[in-house]
Amino acid sequence: MYARPKNIEEALSTLASDNWKVLAGGTDLFPNLKEGGVNFNILDISALADLRGIKETQAEWIIGALTTWADLEKTPLPRSFNALLQAGKEVGSIQIQNRGTIAGNLCNASPAADGVPPLLILEAKLDLVSTHGTRTIPLSKFIKGNRKTSRRMDEIVKCIRVPKKKCFGNSAFSKLGAREYMVISIVMTAARLEICQQNRIRESAIAIGACSETAQRMPSVEAAIKGKSIEEALGTISSEHVASLDPLSDIRAPREYRFYAAQQLIKRTLINCQKIEDNYAN
Amino acid sequence: MQTNFRLNGHQVKLHCDPTERLTYALRERLNLTGTKVGCNAGDCGACTVIIDGDACCACLVGVGQIDGSEITTVEGLFDESSISGLQQEFLENGAAQCGICIPGMLVSAAALIGKNKTPTRKEVEHAIGGVLCRCTGYSKIISSILNFTGKKTKTHKNSAVSSKVIGRSLQRIDGQDKVTGIDKFGADDFPADALLARVVRSPYNHADFNIGDLVLYKKENPGIVCVLTARDIPGENCFGVIPEFADQPILAETRTRYPGEGIAVVVGHKKTIGKLDLNEFPVKWNILEPVNTMEQAQADGASLLHQNRKNNILTQGYVKRGNIEKGFKNSKYIAQGSFTTPFIEHAYIEPEAGYAIRKNNRIEIHGCTQAPYMNRDSIARIMGLPATSVRVIPTSCGGGFGSKLDLSYHPYIALAAWTLDRPVGILYSRQESMQSTTKRHPSDIEIEIGCDPCGKISALKFEGNFNTGAYASWGPTVANRVPVHASGPYKIPNYMARSRAIHTTTPNSGAFRGFGVPQTAIALETTLSELASAAGIDELDFRLLNCLRNGDPTVTGQSFETGVGIKTCLEAIKPKWKKAIKSASSFNKNTINPVDRRGVGIASCWYGCGNTSMSNPSTIRVGLTKNSQIVLHQGATDIGQGSNTVITQILADAIGASVDCIELVGADTDITPDAGKTSASRQTFITGGAAALAGMELRRQILRYANAGEDAQLIKKGTSLYIKNRSNLNKVDLSHLPANQFGYVLMAEETYDPPTTPLDENGQGNPYAVYGYGVHLVELTVDIELGKICIDHITAAHDVGRAINPNLIEGQIEGGIAQGIGLALMEEYKPFQTENLHDYLIPTSGDIPKIDTIIIEEPDWVSPHGAKGLGEHVLIPTAPAILNAIRYATGATVRDLPATPDKVFRAIQKAKNTNE
Ligand SMILES: Cc1cc2nc3c(=O)[nH]c(=O)nc-3n(C[C@H](O)[C@H](O)[C@H](O)COP(=O)(O)OP(=O)(O)OC[C@H]3O[C@@H](n4cnc5c(N)ncnc54)[C@H](O)[C@@H]3O)c2cc1C
Ligand code: FES
Ligand code: FES
Repeated sequence: MYARPKNIEEALSTLASDNWKVLAGGTDLFPNLKEGGVNFNILDISALADLRGIKETQAEWIIGALTTWADLEKTPLPRSFNALLQAGKEVGSIQIQNRGTIAGNLCNASPAADGVPPLLILEAKLDLVSTHGTRTIPLSKFIKGNRKTSRRMDEIVKCIRVPKKKCFGNSAFSKLGAREYMVISIVMTAARLEICQQNRIRESAIAIGACSETAQRMPSVEAAIKGKSIEEALGTISSEHVASLDPLSDIRAPREYRFYAAQQLIKRTLINCQKIEDNYAN
Repeated sequence: MQTNFRLNGHQVKLHCDPTERLTYALRERLNLTGTKVGCNAGDCGACTVIIDGDACCACLVGVGQIDGSEITTVEGLFDESSISGLQQEFLENGAAQCGICIPGMLVSAAALIGKNKTPTRKEVEHAIGGVLCRCTGYSKIISSILNFTGKKTKTHKNSAVSSKVIGRSLQRIDGQDKVTGIDKFGADDFPADALLARVVRSPYNHADFNIGDLVLYKKENPGIVCVLTARDIPGENCFGVIPEFADQPILAETRTRYPGEGIAVVVGHKKTIGKLDLNEFPVKWNILEPVNTMEQAQADGASLLHQNRKNNILTQGYVKRGNIEKGFKNSKYIAQGSFTTPFIEHAYIEPEAGYAIRKNNRIEIHGCTQAPYMNRDSIARIMGLPATSVRVIPTSCGGGFGSKLDLSYHPYIALAAWTLDRPVGILYSRQESMQSTTKRHPSDIEIEIGCDPCGKISALKFEGNFNTGAYASWGPTVANRVPVHASGPYKIPNYMARSRAIHTTTPNSGAFRGFGVPQTAIALETTLSELASAAGIDELDFRLLNCLRNGDPTVTGQSFETGVGIKTCLEAIKPKWKKAIKSASSFNKNTINPVDRRGVGIASCWYGCGNTSMSNPSTIRVGLTKNSQIVLHQGATDIGQGSNTVITQILADAIGASVDCIELVGADTDITPDAGKTSASRQTFITGGAAALAGMELRRQILRYANAGEDAQLIKKGTSLYIKNRSNLNKVDLSHLPANQFGYVLMAEETYDPPTTPLDENGQGNPYAVYGYGVHLVELTVDIELGKICIDHITAAHDVGRAINPNLIEGQIEGGIAQGIGLALMEEYKPFQTENLHDYLIPTSGDIPKIDTIIIEEPDWVSPHGAKGLGEHVLIPTAPAILNAIRYATGATVRDLPATPDKVFRAIQKAKNTNE
């Protein structure tokens, strides 16, 4: 069966009625089709126009579930979203960015999903809706493992909420891959820094992806660099700080290298945050 | 369900499954085959269309999702009467080689231009970053788009006013169709009533099997028309490109030897058979112990893949000259190394496809191929038919690079169409194409080189093992070529090189641009640079000191009086090399940026054109009709390299007529004489040679008939032929001449076969009539913290003897370099793991630097037209030059390819530790 509802109520009641697979941009769903093609029910949510685009309220930025990577550029956003914007520009190719949705990236829950670290550092939450109502879950709880989320079969992710109180500072994103376009990350990092007048780090949020089953915030690094200047912070970061990671050895890189590259990438991301700060200062 | 949308400006209604991929609907329901399918997974971009202004992969969109949208495909980019400006730029710049990626490129460019009228180069690279091209190296595609949007880059206008066309950058004769999307590839033109064949393949490296109840299987799957197994093959269930070594079953009988080996063909109606899950095919597998590495294959007691091949060795190659022990004894400096390279996948964007049709007692195959005559003869043996009963009509070929020489899909459809007496088509999936067709041989190489105190090479020893996979394919050719080429274009008095092709239960290794020579050059050219450093001599001067000159004996004892172009290539590169070194060393002295280190590297190549020590003739037929039309029967398949254009240019000059007087009849085993395979860089050289001879002969006949002098010019006006002698213009009256069986009043058919001799037991002899030479200079930056390489610039000098079409030469060089970059930095095929273009990485538009080309024309008098081959030479020096540049930048030696960031990083750490 296939359904393409035009409003969310219809979508939710459909979803409640049977086992359905949600289809948004299709950039994960279609490549993963097994031989034999589609042999399950598809609930195509791509016509739910209300779910596309970014809105602002007093307390939050709200990214509709159908917002594509390419859409991100259409709304002026605070500098703390730079990491998400940069990640968006490096997802696959323009073709993928034009169709692939940010919410789809989270729901797909690949360990290498580029959308996760930039949203972890913004402490994003997801609205999951069903005929039973709405649940709001922090992203860090939503993704439970490799391709595992806490979404129930009858739920749709409606939007991603970013609290404005986490939108201070600058953010940056770095991705390491073996070629320029269309490449899955070996390691990627996102960092958000609030720098106080004395050029010291007041608050930071750092996350790493592709180095464990799910992307992680790095509280040990965040604690270690608090109150330091960027230069001092760079000198502080060591292998201990990434010990909580558990990277795999796979076709893209061996485990040891990922440990090492993660440290380097954190440093670079911090430097990039600083650069953005300097650009704005000038 | 009904979907309504606008397609190329027209309203369209479709009744179909809304989850059907848009690619399928466009191609199968709406007959718009300009949108190509290279992967069905978003990885290649060949299917790019514009949806509501945005470039998207049509393979990732369900038909239901475009309800109410506006779609533009490549067919909507131009109206039929005129070719759009963008397409004109593609045509003029030679942006299309095989052309399979071009629709995706054009559509991506159009989407960009729709949003940004004056993009920068970076923006153009970004816009086509999602469309893979395996042929061109992207340079000409990028410059075409920039030209169109007003940033004029260099173009090839035909400035020469001479009447001769050799040496001029003519546009591709077959270019128009390639830039409009109407060119037909293997999958594009199936008859409407064609059934579809699919192949059931082994999921194991090594296994015995029993096929279950097929009657029941057919009953349960009503779409199946028939299932064919080894038992249904009327002739020999065995093929191979080299008859003495033929060992591969078309369908395995009881045992499979590599993952992806075919065991049965399921034929049925397109719609149902396409969706059939072949995992449910009734077969019982008994998994056998695999022999996956060369080490395992050579171990005592290893099980033999083929009982008559001891130690799993398919064959060996050997070349010896002088006295190697004495040579090393006299060496002051010695450098050595062990190298490994992995399987490399050809990754052409067109997966194998074609259809077969039975016409009474003949079978016709239409599809992509590099070797129509060889395919014809093999199919005849398999079908138990005389060769005259088989006709192979190549469609355009969306890239081959060696892998489309071997039979792949052809016998399956021939068998099915013959058995059922109905047309049967086949479309390989990307995974199937990667699993089941040949690869570049993985290699394990040991090399040792010594030189005297002045830097003269005194000895070279080379041992190379090549994993040839389960069946022979081109393993023997690799084993023969390698020891001949392991010396490089250098004079080496004491030499010993041995190569082995070893069977394993992994994919078949076959031909891939260079037949083992690129792997060999990696070992040779990096070790030579280390030797030069040890001797304290500049790497380029070291090569100049040792390179072959006219009259010098090669390691097989052959000497050439003319045409040894390596010295000229090195000298042409020298000023750029000096400049690059200077700029890199001043960059590296600057310590403000401790992360980036610049490197400069060079490497040379040589490569024998044509088959090794074997006759490999090409024949060209050219006729003149009563209506003064000159018709060229040209059987060399143009797989993008440009033989259609080049051979026509050679012929035009030989006849003394202009190109537009010539009508080209493309490869078809019924109507073109045998021009051999498109491989071994032989078509320009050998088929071109035949074209020169045939053209001269036809000219002689015309002049004799018209009683005209030697220097007369032939001119065609309407349907009349004129001879121009000084200022006299005389019409040649052809009306009284009788037409022969081909319909020609005058005709010439000539064969060219380059002179070679067999190699003796020490590998001494004349394996090739000519070699081509080249040198690449690479400038790059190493991020020493992460081991990531950014290639900044490449300069390539190639000796081509005579440049028939400089723009096509540039295109070959740029494309070869792109493949060399892939080989050096990212490509590694691992069965089961990288059977798609997501995990098997080839360079994208962002991975290729600016490339400068220097064309060298070292006079050579062997062939009738002075031109040498080039197609394979171009990728040989790139990878070693990159590795040399990495060593220059960091001291790190990477000897296990590809040089991915983690390996470069580890090598840098190792170099640091040994220095401390
Ligand atoms: C060539 C290529 C390159 C890629 N490169 C990258 C890359 O560099 N980095 C990266 O991170 N990813 C990459 N991807 C993966 C993919 O593009 C992204 O994950 C994308 O954001 C997924 O979004 P979508 O809308 O296309 O998802 P879909 O395919 O539509 O859906 C993905 C999954 O999420 C579910 N889903 C989607 N939306 C919702 C919703 N609102 N509510 C509930 N469930 C939902 C679907 O059921 C499905 O299981 C690439 C993919 C391709 C094909
Ligand atoms: S066929 Fe769609 S991207 Fe390859
Ligand atoms: S021309 Fe681009 S793939 Fe052949």
